[in-house]
Amino acid sequence: MIEAELSRSVQRWCKGATGVTGAAKLSGGASQETWRFDIVHPDGPIGAILRRSPKGYGAAPTRAAGLAAEAQLMQLAFEAGVPSPRVMHVLVPEDDLGTGFIMQRVEGETIARKILRDDVFAAARPLLARQIGGILAGLHRLPQDKLPELRSRGATQEIAEFERDYRSLNWPKPVFELALRWLRDHDPGPSAEITLVHGDFRNGNLIIGADGVRAVLDWELAHLGDPMEDLGWVCVNSWRFGEIDKPVGGFGSREELFAGYEAAGRTVDPARVKFWEVMGTLRWGIMCGGMMQRFREGPDHSMERAMIGRRASETEIDLLRLLAPRGS
Amino acid sequence: MQDEPTPVELTKSVADFLRNDITPLISGHQAFKLRVAINILDLVTRQLTGEEGSDAKEVERLRALLGIDGSVSELNRALAERIAKGEVDLATPGLAEHLWATTMDKLAVDQPNYASYKRELSRDA
Repeated sequence: MIEAELSRSVQRWCKGATGVTGAAKLSGGASQETWRFDIVHPDGPIGAILRRSPKGYGAAPTRAAGLAAEAQLMQLAFEAGVPSPRVMHVLVPEDDLGTGFIMQRVEGETIARKILRDDVFAAARPLLARQIGGILAGLHRLPQDKLPELRSRGATQEIAEFERDYRSLNWPKPVFELALRWLRDHDPGPSAEITLVHGDFRNGNLIIGADGVRAVLDWELAHLGDPMEDLGWVCVNSWRFGEIDKPVGGFGSREELFAGYEAAGRTVDPARVKFWEVMGTLRWGIMCGGMMQRFREGPDHSMERAMIGRRASETEIDLLRLLAPRGS
Repeated sequence: MQDEPTPVELTKSVADFLRNDITPLISGHQAFKLRVAINILDLVTRQLTGEEGSDAKEVERLRALLGIDGSVSELNRALAERIAKGEVDLATPGLAEHLWATTMDKLAVDQPNYASYKRELSRDA
């Protein structure tokens, strides 16, 4: 039982802690798990989250930064005032919990559809697009000399990588070909400025409360690159969850996003943002194809994965809306 | 020719059974999975209903665009290759219309409630 290991661990590094209760797995594939639990403490319980790769699952997928880097980035973000959980402990071998880290639990909602529909978020919603602009500006300004080692990716490399992924699926899709052509024709080249890029900043990876964004999660795709990538990805239609006229996560307009970003002292390049939005739409479409392939070849022969394969057509219509819009 | 009921009628009867008789009995994660299962059967029903007609029209458009004959998958592969080589693009007469028509037919099967699809459908109406 994981509570025994967690209890021994917290007693080593959390002064006064006597154990843990209520451990429950929130999500997990074969290689990465998220658990919630409470640290038992004389001053009252402390809500915590464990992110880990269980023992024997050390290697991260090629695109992932790794849990150690993720912990370091979250801590840096926290110290810089970017909404982020505080990292409490990075796992060491004597914890006997695998690799990963423990962070303070931030209360709030991550389920995009609830954030877009529930009354409790009604006052926050109109403010979120602008707020997200400010948060991204803070994130892109994190001190580069303190960052962990990260892969570096520009537009040209990303196009080549997605094209390779797509071709490996042997899944001829004229709309995806058209998008690849468009991306090559509109490749903005190397960004004048290279910053930290979160890589998966979107509605669904943010903890949101009645007061707005409380934490930015899921840093595993963080890398160095064009900061406009994050502004494009947050606008991809797949993350608007039906609110298609509000590009920024279904919350608000690009103008509000850009205003929040520029009010924090940074500059937006709208053409680059558009490039990354097209790239992001194709990226999600190709990922749907990858899910289909994993469903076919196993080991995850689940209905859910099969159905995600059938969501590629959503990205095709969104690509057409971006590249070949009808009427006005 | 196979006997009846048709595959559409059979699939629909299973989906209706799961939806009406089993859904009320199940909760939690299994209920979520049951919903996915029903969605799959509904998708299959939509595809069986519309596929023949939409594929025939798609082949007709592809033959006109490419000037060659073949099955719907062969012609799609050929179109994909020509776009990749730059021989066909959005300036090619008929390409945009073909891609829109094909994509709309796919969404009608895959995700008829997708907001972008509903918006474009209202444009057609």
